[in-house]
Amino acid sequence: MQKSLYIDPVKCTGCLQCEMACSYIHTGAFNPSKSRIKVFDFEHEGRKVPYTCTQCSEAWCLHACPVDAIKLDAQTGAKVVFEDTCVGCKVCTIACPFGTINYVADTGKVQKCDLCDGDPACVTACPTDAITYVDADWSGLGRMRAWAARANSAAI
Amino acid sequence: MAWTKSILRVNLTEGTCTPEPLNMQWANDYLGSRGLASKYLTEEVDPKVDPLSSDNKLIMSTGPLTGTMASTGGRYTVVTKGPLTGAIACSNSGGYFGAEMKFAGWDMIIFEGRSPTPVYLYLENDKAELRDASHLWGKSTWVTEETIKTAHQDPQIRISSIGQAGENGVLYACVVNDLHRAAGRSGVGTVMGSKNLKAVALRGTKGVSGIRDFKEFLKVTSEKKQILAENAVTGQGLPTYGTQVLMNVINEMGALPTRNHRDVQFEDANKISAEAMVEPRASDGKPQLVTNAACFGCTIACGRIAKIDETHFSVVNKPEYWGASGGLEYEAAWALGSANGVNDLEALQYANLLCNEVGMDPISFGATVGAAMELYEIGVLSKEQIGLDAPFGSAEALVKLAEMTANGEGFGKELGEGSKRLCAQYGRPDLSMTVKGQEFPAYDSRGIQGMGLAYATSNRGACHLRGYTVASEVLGIPVKTDPLTTDGKPALVKAFQDATAAFDSSGLCIFTSFAWTLADIQPQIQAACEGDWSLERLELVGERIWNMEKQFNLAAGLTKADDNLPPRLTTEPAKVGPAKGLVNGLDRMLPEYYELRGWDGEGVPNGPTLERLGL
Repeated sequence: MQKSLYIDPVKCTGCLQCEMACSYIHTGAFNPSKSRIKVFDFEHEGRKVPYTCTQCSEAWCLHACPVDAIKLDAQTGAKVVFEDTCVGCKVCTIACPFGTINYVADTGKVQKCDLCDGDPACVTACPTDAITYVDADWSGLGRMRAWAARANSAAI
Repeated sequence: MAWTKSILRVNLTEGTCTPEPLNMQWANDYLGSRGLASKYLTEEVDPKVDPLSSDNKLIMSTGPLTGTMASTGGRYTVVTKGPLTGAIACSNSGGYFGAEMKFAGWDMIIFEGRSPTPVYLYLENDKAELRDASHLWGKSTWVTEETIKTAHQDPQIRISSIGQAGENGVLYACVVNDLHRAAGRSGVGTVMGSKNLKAVALRGTKGVSGIRDFKEFLKVTSEKKQILAENAVTGQGLPTYGTQVLMNVINEMGALPTRNHRDVQFEDANKISAEAMVEPRASDGKPQLVTNAACFGCTIACGRIAKIDETHFSVVNKPEYWGASGGLEYEAAWALGSANGVNDLEALQYANLLCNEVGMDPISFGATVGAAMELYEIGVLSKEQIGLDAPFGSAEALVKLAEMTANGEGFGKELGEGSKRLCAQYGRPDLSMTVKGQEFPAYDSRGIQGMGLAYATSNRGACHLRGYTVASEVLGIPVKTDPLTTDGKPALVKAFQDATAAFDSSGLCIFTSFAWTLADIQPQIQAACEGDWSLERLELVGERIWNMEKQFNLAAGLTKADDNLPPRLTTEPAKVGPAKGLVNGLDRMLPEYYELRGWDGEGVPNGPTLERLGL
């Protein structure tokens, strides 16, 4: 079964444990500035929203890459940057409509979410279940269930 | 190493920024944050210095666990000699600023001297620059943050700044970071203002890489997070209701100081409580509370994000206050509300917003208004002197006085000096509810006896965060003690004070201590830091810090007479509630406390004590 990240911003408190976990897994340091998932703070609305790559099926970044440095991981569905191949041309960062692939000046390469080989560190680190890793075919299941519960209680 | 081992020394007089290595001997003896910054202050600043002179220094410091995945690892401390108290000042804040300082590669920033013109420090990793802040002078903390981020075209900068209160010499001005987190007490923002330092803007991309044993650290911090999640206070009470969960609890105990401590219960406590904040309002059908929020790394998330009622008289036609922003914490709701007898939740939120915006401590401000209202009620202060009618319970007066203090207008200037100076000025020093010149927080020591001793002996003046025996006396953490007796309280206060000093020096939040003891912090420090960090060593570090702070205060000229409570608390019994008929028994506790500390009868640490602590 393929899985995908499912983010429920209502549950996010803005603690940035996800950013620390992501940066630690990928760089060996607690360093939110190198995280591939970012939490956005819409302070005047009181909303915090974690955001990262949704792993598009037809991935703009992958198609745009002139050196084929972004490949599909068939197991997880992640579009993965191969740093050895990446030349840092940044075309993918222009192609991505969501801004979730970004250039890293320190390495001269781009980085994006790779789903941590199927065990996303951000999911484990999130203390409120704002970020979960669910069946990719049924990412709406939780919400369906919530509505189903309401329908049922209305019938009673 | 969990320390970056680098500190930045900023000489504001000369306009220079110079890196230097961290004194690792001191890091080993004082850990970080509160302890380490206090060590630097006591070594470098004459205790007798005028707090607002250029010879005072202001230190911002992280701890070894700041910027790590340890829960609540986002704290930093501002240490200086305080203008409100004349004692060592040490104020701690969350938000994101502290972690960013660590990510930029700095354990500590020491500000010395005084800039000839307003400046702000811009720090991007190793690059440190003092930049002109004349265009920011006179601006609020909110405008300052926005202006700096826009100027640098970088929304990811984290900022600590002062508002108008710190510029205008309000003696309890804060240093505000991330819009509504604050190093709040003792006037650390006033010192920053006296140095013409408007803000510190940080951007750090280095991260924290020097953890001694990452694998062990992740394992142990994960286990400790689980304890916080499963604890009733840190797992449920605080995220759901915030610290405001205490309002009704403390009121029922008869320990909610009301109307400048005339009373110990507030008849309208429920109207300004956590429960009231989640009640839908009549005007718009929405509750004041929007959501809870976390500081950096925090898995408790006690922070309140609230929206004020747009139709409330205080904000009609002021849309700049209508957005979501920092909401009422217990201490602020108490000081702005119960301390003045004001039951209008929206007025309290407006005053709270103003405090964040202009950068002033809502505890000291609210409590000073309480003193002014009492002076008004007994006829010492007239309507003409204040500029308005100011009886207890007047939300209109609270709102107007908040604006006047924030802007340094009229009587607001006198309120900005705090309750001790105000009451002395009008011949009633006995009505100032302060210790060492700092206003009490929200626990009446007639109903919670141990807190009387904790307040009287707190090194930064009246404060609940130096020895929170409320945990034991009210909540039963770690063991339940009787709040109405003084028995055993000296030992309890000492234990809480020492442990708190160690907690505060780690870079973690003291609120974890509702679920953790120092024994839970110990393995996290051990996994992060080189060396042998036993529980005994941490306890010794805490006690060493306490004694060092005390020595600074003694050298500054404070004496046993300053380890005292206002006569109201030791001579006027509580009128109602469980503590009815009781005064605080400080006289019974203080000698025993001194003895337990290894201090002489005048509260001076004796030779063997100093030797034992390596002081």
